[in-house]
Amino acid sequence: MSVTAVPRASVLAPAAARPSLWREAMRRFRRHRLAMLGAVILLGMVTAVVAGPFVYRVPIDAIDFKAKLKGPSRAHPLGTDDLGQDLLARMLYGGRISLAVGVAAMLISITLGTSMGAIAGQLGGAVDHTLMRVTDLFLSLPQLPLLLLIVYLFRDALKKALGPEAGIFVMIVAVIAGLRWMPVARLVRAQFLSLREKEFVEAARSLGAPTVRQIVRHILPNALGPVIVAASLDVAAAIIAESSLSFLGLGFPPDIPTWGRILFDAKDNLDFAPHWALFPGTAIFLTVLSINYIGDGLRDALDPRKVLGHK
Amino acid sequence: MSRYVVRRLLIAVPVIFGISLVLFTILALAPGDPFEELATNPNVPPEVRMNLRTQFGLDDPLPVRYVRWLGSMLHGDWGFSFVSRINVATLILQRLPTSLFVLGSAQVLGLLIALPIGTYSALRPYSTFDQIATTLAFIGFSLPTFFTGLVFILVFSLTLDWLPFIYRADIPATGWRWWWENARQAAMPVAVLGLFQGATLTRFVRSAVLDVIRLDFVNTARAKGLSERVTIVKHVIRNALIPVVTLVALQIPAIFTGAVITEQIFRVPGIGSLLISSILANDTPVIMAITFVFSCLVVIFNLVADLLYGWLDPRISYR
Repeated sequence: MSVTAVPRASVLAPAAARPSLWREAMRRFRRHRLAMLGAVILLGMVTAVVAGPFVYRVPIDAIDFKAKLKGPSRAHPLGTDDLGQDLLARMLYGGRISLAVGVAAMLISITLGTSMGAIAGQLGGAVDHTLMRVTDLFLSLPQLPLLLLIVYLFRDALKKALGPEAGIFVMIVAVIAGLRWMPVARLVRAQFLSLREKEFVEAARSLGAPTVRQIVRHILPNALGPVIVAASLDVAAAIIAESSLSFLGLGFPPDIPTWGRILFDAKDNLDFAPHWALFPGTAIFLTVLSINYIGDGLRDALDPRKVLGHK
Repeated sequence: MSRYVVRRLLIAVPVIFGISLVLFTILALAPGDPFEELATNPNVPPEVRMNLRTQFGLDDPLPVRYVRWLGSMLHGDWGFSFVSRINVATLILQRLPTSLFVLGSAQVLGLLIALPIGTYSALRPYSTFDQIATTLAFIGFSLPTFFTGLVFILVFSLTLDWLPFIYRADIPATGWRWWWENARQAAMPVAVLGLFQGATLTRFVRSAVLDVIRLDFVNTARAKGLSERVTIVKHVIRNALIPVVTLVALQIPAIFTGAVITEQIFRVPGIGSLLISSILANDTPVIMAITFVFSCLVVIFNLVADLLYGWLDPRISYR
């Protein structure tokens, strides 16, 4: 068996002497130049939208008709919209919402997908079969039309129940997450099916570890790599989904200027004020591109097939 | 092969059934009442409203309502549009060909971009060409279609004035002129969607070809003296296409997303823009029907992909 091939020293060496798996992954991630660049850009974006409104204290809704549709200038670094509102202030504020939607939707879809996949993979049999059919069904649903349908039907009720801002936020996050958990569920299930039969899980089982401990302590940490990659890509997909909804005029209301919403307002003024559309569009594009490159870097860094310490 | 076709068809039936169940559940859970307006109207006594509810079966138990709804959906009896007062099925059939034309051309454009570039990249991995192509593909699928659409309008319509940015269904011309005008107005929507598809597919094609080209049978083909062209086209690409076809099928719901947005930007009179305008006008029968049509299209294209899959890889249909 291959167990004998493992050098004795590495088995007996104290854990601290070996580089930890995470540090090793971090080292590999740093080698991916574009992923690092993406991480820097994304960090910059996050810092800007989190801290920006505290530093750049121009109100997002100060109307000034004398300065409407102006290009970038000293007073308005990114120009103004048709009401003379400052675009930089609006983008900093709206960016918070756009990024928050992305992260929140990712957290929900990953949690949902991981639990579904874990249940299916662990229990097997009829449960597995049913859950996988449900997953297949969800995969064949046309996302945007369904998203639009749900937004259309539930918008007013949620607005009434939770207020305009929170209501729309909850709905958009829930719907995006509810239509994006399937790939993760499939991924986690596949990981469970193969990991469940591995020797180290068998060892834990024969030592009397209860099922929950087997899953949480032994299987899940080993299944985490691909899930993290999927999670990073899900943030990008959720940001695009929110922007698409807002761009179609069916997402956030105009007083919550997410990047997609600004684009929606800007699209009919392309000939007089191209900057109005170009800035938020570029912000969405740069964020999505950065996240996708980070995902690519994570894929390389967390690939278990890459031997420790090699290269 | 025919048994395989039948089996695939039989699998598609429960999927349509499941989708209809999901749609109906959403509709049934949704708040609001079609007779709400009557409730606030003082001229309509409550009894009349109650009678109307019973007459339309709104108080029946949910399973009964589901069966009746599914029955009329399958009959093609989709009701009347609240806004345009015509049969929903007629309305959708008017719009569907335009959508399918734009979607189909975009898909063809995407494949025309992805197949040669992806294959060429994979044949020379990590060469300059490959690195440029991979980077462009990465940028291409990170660019949201709504942004590319706006940039295209800005560049090709407003700055250069080459192409019209509004799609017209009724071009006042005939013969060659009609074709030319049609091509001009379809150019931007098709390019926006096709470039996005092309970027996504290029990555798929590249990795699929990379996987196949290492295999032993490719060496065998070369060793028995086949020309490089024959080896690549007949042995490598045909096998690499198998996973690509699945991925194309899995991408189809995503293409519809892009289609709705592009139709909205360029005002293409297809079912995507009909969906948006119906939502803005609260036209529930049309919205439900379009969502159902989109779902059926997904199932149909998945079925086509399965059949192509069986043709490309005969091992599958004999299993």
